[in-house]
Amino acid sequence: MERRTLDLWVGVFAAAGIAALLGLAMKVGNLTASDIGETYTVTAAFENIGGLKPRAPIKSAGVVVGRIKHITFDTSRYEALVTMELDKRYAFPKDTFANIYTAGLLGEQYIGLEAGGEEDVLKNGDEITQTQDAVVLEKMISQFLYNKASETPTETKKE
Amino acid sequence: MFNQLAEVLRSLGHRIIDRVWRLGAGARFFIYTLIYSGESFKRIHLTIREIYFTGVLSLIIVLVSAFFVGMVLALQGYNTLQKYGSSEAIGVLVALSLVRELGPVVTALLFAGRAGTAITAEIGLMKATEQLSAMEMMAVSPIARVVAPRFWAGVISMPLLAALFSMVGILGGYLVAVPLIGVDEGAFWSQMQASVDFREDIVNGVIKSTVFGVACTMIALFEGFDAPPTAEGVSRATTRTVVNSSLAVLGLDFVLTSFMISA
Repeated sequence: MERRTLDLWVGVFAAAGIAALLGLAMKVGNLTASDIGETYTVTAAFENIGGLKPRAPIKSAGVVVGRIKHITFDTSRYEALVTMELDKRYAFPKDTFANIYTAGLLGEQYIGLEAGGEEDVLKNGDEITQTQDAVVLEKMISQFLYNKASETPTETKKE
Repeated sequence: MFNQLAEVLRSLGHRIIDRVWRLGAGARFFIYTLIYSGESFKRIHLTIREIYFTGVLSLIIVLVSAFFVGMVLALQGYNTLQKYGSSEAIGVLVALSLVRELGPVVTALLFAGRAGTAITAEIGLMKATEQLSAMEMMAVSPIARVVAPRFWAGVISMPLLAALFSMVGILGGYLVAVPLIGVDEGAFWSQMQASVDFREDIVNGVIKSTVFGVACTMIALFEGFDAPPTAEGVSRATTRTVVNSSLAVLGLDFVLTSFMISA
């Protein structure tokens, strides 16, 4: 085969391969949209984070406003310390409420922020003090069973 | 009785020594290939020519397989996911299984069958017809002239082929899931984008396919170089290339995946 046509084919192949990689990164991996521009960091302490993972989304009113940077264990309080990166464009009041929710019945867990009414806003390095833990299924079931068990004797008495 | 036992043990020992010797020879061969790479890069055209033969000519089989693999994944995945009422997750299933596993692994297996055998047969035949000895006589290193360009061509082609495989596979999955089955298009792409991570999934897939590229090409080259210079020897070497490459790819895949998941 002539050298020029061979070069052309290899060039086409390499360009297509690189385009496929870029396509995977952009269209499939969503590289462009996932990194939020400028961020500020706030922390929140939870007694139980359930299955929350780093890079999980932080949503407010259903809109993704940030991502979890990392999760550590705070030995002074024996609580999980979640560090989140929030988009600079969105400011939240100081008394914002942080809940751990689950997307759907079996979906991944995320943090939902509910804005409070205060005028001061959260700044870089602040901590969200009002938090609600993840719902742990085992706890709920045991509570339910416990309630059921305590109900039964009263019912038998009635009879 | 005692002699028979000794004979069995002797043949076992012989086999083990033979395997270890081949492993050592393969490692030396690999090092020589890397050493002579610089020399072969001076004539980059040789490598480009080999990329044409290993990469471009493998495109058709890789792309067609990718298309069908993607379509089958979507069909099978839909069947199962629909039972749990989460058929929108089909995009995630197709994309993750292609980018993480099937893209690199199936491409490597196809590559071993399509390009690896060609490399082994070509080099084995060059050896049988004493072309390699002739090069040495002319003070041309056959490793720099023949082996290193093919090695780099394989290492460069494999990640590109795997990326194309994943992309075309996702396209096939999309065609089955969205127009054919009627999954919502927005959910298909957005759920996929929400759960495919660039660093964790795509970069790891590229790392995997590069490692497979090194392994497959190296095995093909070594088997060709090591083949007995007879018709039977070359045919056996070609068979060994496919068997060893496939086993190496699957084994390495497990090792790499376990590192990537724990990290």
